[in-house]
Amino acid sequence: MKKFGLLILLCAGVILLAVACSEKSNTVRIGVNAEMTGDMPAVGESCKKAAEMAVKEVNDAGGIDVAGQKYKVELFVEDNAGKPDQSASVAQKLITQQNVHAIVGPNATRYALPASEIAESSKVVMLTPWSTNPKTTLDAKTNAPKKYVFRACFIDPFQGRVVAKFALETLKVKKAAVLYDVASEYNKGIAEIFKDTFEQSGGKVVAFETYTTNDKDFSGQLTKIKKAEPDMIFLPNYYSEIPLQIQQAKRLGINVPFVGSDSWGSQELHKLCGNDCEGYYFSTHYAADAATPVATKFIEGFKAKYGTLPDDVAALTYDSFGLLFQALKSATKLDRNSIRDALAKIPKYEGVTGNMQFKEGSCDPTKSAVIVQIKSGKFVYFATANP
Amino acid sequence: MTYVLQQLLNALQVGSIYALIALGYTMVYGILTMINFAHGDLFMVGAFFCFVAAVSLHLPFVPVLLLSMIGVAFLGVVIERFAYKPLRQAPRVSAIITALGVGLFLENFTLALNPYPKQIPQLLENTTWTLFGLSVSSLQAFVIILSLVLMWILDLIVRRTMVGMAMRAISWDKTIVPLMGVPVNMIISATFAIGTSLGGAAGVMYGLAYPVIDPYMGIMVGWKAFIAAVVGGIGNIRGAMIGGYILGAVEIMVVAFMPSTYRDFIAFVLLLVLLIFRPYGILGKPHPQKV
Repeated sequence: MKKFGLLILLCAGVILLAVACSEKSNTVRIGVNAEMTGDMPAVGESCKKAAEMAVKEVNDAGGIDVAGQKYKVELFVEDNAGKPDQSASVAQKLITQQNVHAIVGPNATRYALPASEIAESSKVVMLTPWSTNPKTTLDAKTNAPKKYVFRACFIDPFQGRVVAKFALETLKVKKAAVLYDVASEYNKGIAEIFKDTFEQSGGKVVAFETYTTNDKDFSGQLTKIKKAEPDMIFLPNYYSEIPLQIQQAKRLGINVPFVGSDSWGSQELHKLCGNDCEGYYFSTHYAADAATPVATKFIEGFKAKYGTLPDDVAALTYDSFGLLFQALKSATKLDRNSIRDALAKIPKYEGVTGNMQFKEGSCDPTKSAVIVQIKSGKFVYFATANP
Repeated sequence: MTYVLQQLLNALQVGSIYALIALGYTMVYGILTMINFAHGDLFMVGAFFCFVAAVSLHLPFVPVLLLSMIGVAFLGVVIERFAYKPLRQAPRVSAIITALGVGLFLENFTLALNPYPKQIPQLLENTTWTLFGLSVSSLQAFVIILSLVLMWILDLIVRRTMVGMAMRAISWDKTIVPLMGVPVNMIISATFAIGTSLGGAAGVMYGLAYPVIDPYMGIMVGWKAFIAAVVGGIGNIRGAMIGGYILGAVEIMVVAFMPSTYRDFIAFVLLLVLLIFRPYGILGKPHPQKV
């Protein structure tokens, strides 16, 4: 009995200590769950750079004002290694060990989905910059919006519709083919919505072909696509696969335009693709050359700090932090729930990737998309599509 | 008709690569009755050697190929000496687990050096010819022909040289052969060198045909080549070649005539059925074990 009492005392002590530690800290703690290694390291790298830049700017300006008190922002960057399971355990670690107030990331849908389950059940805000699949912010069972999971980007149905309309109205094509990764949520979601919208608006999808993640040979599918004689090919796949698909298509003698989605938008694409991607289009979040004053300031700052142009992941990560900071400023006190309540009803946020608005009852911002063309190794603004 | 021929050509290209890698699995199995699961990752290392030789050393194609083959062969021999040899008397399972560990080590070591996918520059002039409505790229023809030449050379080595004779002897009977004065360790090293250098050559060709490479590229291809080796009859060299081409053909033909979503599902069901009727593979022979 004596031993048992001692144990309780010890436990209580530990709990008290933990509580005391978390209460005493006078910083805002923000975690970043990024794909630093794995199949899309460029995404994680951009995310980390933009996060560090956003935090540095706020801290240099003296910190952030939450309910009348100044706080410095502390950043915790963790690598999810491009693995769904590790991305969930990183979320867990940030929440329980680092004791963060909010999490930014993961970026890709297949890593954001498992992490979002952890954030939702632990009641911690998770803001994903780049995950465009609707499922990320929806409860898997009830299909109702999650309470603690938000995003800074538009969603796939919107993007799929934008691309389908662009193909029909601007490229004036009637027959389209789609090749997508059936094992990845993002690719599959956007491909299906493209098909639905394209066919409803009078077009015809003549080939709807799939492969699985890590495939490098698409010759079978592409030969089949060639036989169907499409006017364009839609490739809603990640930037590391696009060069292989386009090169193999050209080797088979396919000479129609290729169109993509925001997953193309990494500066790495130019390195991997060389001249093969020249002249093609994709829908994305922002174009560096048609920027608003806010965006220009961010682009200049990023270039000065890192020497490269920021891609869309960097811009969206920066916006995620901007949204969090704005939520913090209007929060009634510094805790996880108050941040969530403030974020859920941000009336207007002027971001790098356009103006955003959150309404209670939906975790997805209202915002517009742009179509970008690849021209001599650069992403060049082509058109804007409003919601 | 041209559609079928075009798909057959695609199948030949994919099959050549599978066959080359499958040879590495089958040779090691034949001589040690162990499955070298690190072989797929050695193939990946071959592609990365190709990248380094082409980009950092600016070498033309032939030296790049030789350098990658020699580099991977050396790595294979070192792995055998330090990771597998101490376990030669241990249970088979331990050796297989070690092989998996070596594979993971190679993947994560490459990943730690540089996680970015890399583009292999165009080492060979690539033109696409149109013959009777068929699109044939010079690269495709080259991959198919070079693979066949390499397999022919291997066949000669195994059938016509003393080393080849020793290899066949060891796979026949491991206890008697050393008593006849055959240097077993040296022959095992030679087997590893030849098997892994073919994997390295496959890595180079794969890198040329599919020029974006990453540290995880060897996993799936390695598994499929292993399956090809089993289908052909593991331990049998000609079987591995046939298995590689069969797997390539099945994969491409499923895509050609059925929804591509079912590719792996249908392809592997077909192979399972084949194994039910020929459990030792197409050219494999049953080895009854005395209890």
